[in-house]
Amino acid sequence: MIMATAMAETQKGLIDVRDMGVTFGANDNKIIAVDNVSLNVQPGEFVSLIGPSGCGKSTLLSIVAGFVKPTSGDAKLDGNAITKPGSDRGVVFQQYSLFPWLSVRKNVEFGLKMAGLEQSKRNTTARALLDLAELLSFENHYPDQLSGGMKQRIGIVRALATSPQVLLMDEPFGALDTQTRVVMQEILTNIWQQFKISVLFITHDIEESIFLSDRIYVMTARPGRIKAEIKVPLPRPRRAEMTDTPEFMNLVQELKGLIREESLAAMAPEIKDRGLSGFGMKVGPKGVGDIF
Amino acid sequence: MGSMARAKVVALSMVDKHPEPQPLLAVKLSPAENPTAEAGADAAAPINSSALPAPEPEVVPTVSLTKVFRNLLAQITRERITTAALACVSIGALFLFWYIGTKYRVEFYIRFKNVPTPYEVFQQLTQVGLSNKYLVNIAISVRRILLGFFIAMAIGVPLGLAIGKYQRVRDLFMPVVEILRPIPAIAWVPMSIMLWPNNEASIVFITFIGAFFPILLNTIHGVHSLDGVLIRAAKCLGASEFRLFLNVILPGSLPHIFTGLAVGMGVAWVSLIAAEMISGQFGVGYFTWEAYSLVDYPAIVLGMITIGFLGLACSGIIRMVGSLLMPWLAFAPGGKR
Ligand SMILES: Nc1ncnc2c1ncn2[C@@H]1O[C@H](COP(=O)(O)OP(=O)(O)OP(=O)(O)O)[C@@H](O)[C@H]1O
Ligand SMILES: [Mg+2]
Repeated sequence: MIMATAMAETQKGLIDVRDMGVTFGANDNKIIAVDNVSLNVQPGEFVSLIGPSGCGKSTLLSIVAGFVKPTSGDAKLDGNAITKPGSDRGVVFQQYSLFPWLSVRKNVEFGLKMAGLEQSKRNTTARALLDLAELLSFENHYPDQLSGGMKQRIGIVRALATSPQVLLMDEPFGALDTQTRVVMQEILTNIWQQFKISVLFITHDIEESIFLSDRIYVMTARPGRIKAEIKVPLPRPRRAEMTDTPEFMNLVQELKGLIREESLAAMAPEIKDRGLSGFGMKVGPKGVGDIF
Repeated sequence: MGSMARAKVVALSMVDKHPEPQPLLAVKLSPAENPTAEAGADAAAPINSSALPAPEPEVVPTVSLTKVFRNLLAQITRERITTAALACVSIGALFLFWYIGTKYRVEFYIRFKNVPTPYEVFQQLTQVGLSNKYLVNIAISVRRILLGFFIAMAIGVPLGLAIGKYQRVRDLFMPVVEILRPIPAIAWVPMSIMLWPNNEASIVFITFIGAFFPILLNTIHGVHSLDGVLIRAAKCLGASEFRLFLNVILPGSLPHIFTGLAVGMGVAWVSLIAAEMISGQFGVGYFTWEAYSLVDYPAIVLGMITIGFLGLACSGIIRMVGSLLMPWLAFAPGGKR
């Protein structure tokens, strides 16, 4: 921590969330989505946020992105309070969010165009980024012509085009199949190392969070609090084979235990209502089934 | 893979060459030249090894007639032949019905007694069809349509975008829109004659009313059906309010705007013809109604067919402009193709 603050002097991208609370609605249908959460991402660090469905992960990310205002507490980027969205924070969404009317290259150029950069420079930068994502040959395609994995890769480099200090990712690979996911994780690790950028990464997938992160925050069921903070001491560069090592397995077990408790807590009302038999049907694709 | 890596270094060093205080990217990208860049390439390979930019084979552009002909032939698929055949059948059936009805002077509740035969109408076309009077009437109708339609578009689209985007603008305009919208354009005829100084202006106004509401409402709907995540994405890519409008909201609602334009064009024709019949001098509607007053039966049918073709041409143009402006729709799931 102390060492990290010293680093912040030289490198930007420090996310600092303090005593954050978010409440939706009023009176009877008041929902406390996030309750008293403090977390930080050090410059250049890769941090995951993991927790049961509906615990407020997306809400937290939306606050750091500047879409939602917290009810209490504050969020800062490099010491400045976050008030609105801006190109200093790249965001990758779970849904595909490429502009369908723009070609792949124009999508990547979008942020640069908004910054008023001239066409030839936008072009050069976008092509370099597309090359990095191994998608240069698709520069003139439309998003609807691409597979899900390609779209998300473009989403990532589009968010990187404006050289943000941090990258916020809300279950970016949630919609992808397992094989594609594994490849995407390696690509992301690579990009992260090249850009030396801070990442706040939300996921449902325990192994994904371990594979990618330096540190993992585990959240409780609603109202979302930080239940645990876990360091991932695995060396880098990480390779897919690493998932078979005992160190990795132990971390998986530890996280599974933490999350199982919370998922059961999150489901408690439903279990009471329906009994355990109706349980499997009730839980959606994002539910317990994914985590276990 | 080797050539890939080289290409990458070239592309990136091009970025690095800009010494201006430009994007941080120039600095940020440079680490790509370190050895991990190779690893990135390896990792991605399983997904799209076929997509690696293999140098395109040189295509020597030769114009060979047989090739053109073969391309044309290739476009004649079974699918298209069936479509064309069915189109002929449906239009043919219409003509056959008309022909038989008039030939045998069918009187079975509907009466074909006074209806001109297809041949009579064709003759009418060859005589009247090339006369000045007929062509001038067409020209005048087209001018009225274009004026009314383009004014409706010029007001309807920006207003629709503003209403769709801003709650306050919506609160201000929607009550009036909701009251005026159910009134058909034809019901505006007397009021329009009172309002406007001359006949021409009042007919254009009625055409405008007809086109305006479909355009406005579809534009509003287009803004509302825009995926919120696109707006959020644009905002965190640094889009200002104005640029958001121009670069996201407008293109994002374009498909719905074009639906509105097509519907608006149809209603504009309906309104125009009605207005011309009631209050008009000149115009295809007037031509048709005048033929009725003069008991010139073939001219009535000629007028009708003319209206049909003009309407078809107008919506065809809108559709064409639409697909030129929105090439991405060809790939959209459930899209036009
Ligand atoms: N705009 C909103 N208005 C009212 N309630 C909201 C709103 N956004 C989120 N919530 C509620 O806040 C809680 C947290 O939502 P959030 O989307 O942050 O959860 P999550 O952890 O991202 O879940 P998931 O893993 O399923 O994506 C949920 O109970 C949700 O119903
Ligand atoms: Mg979420």
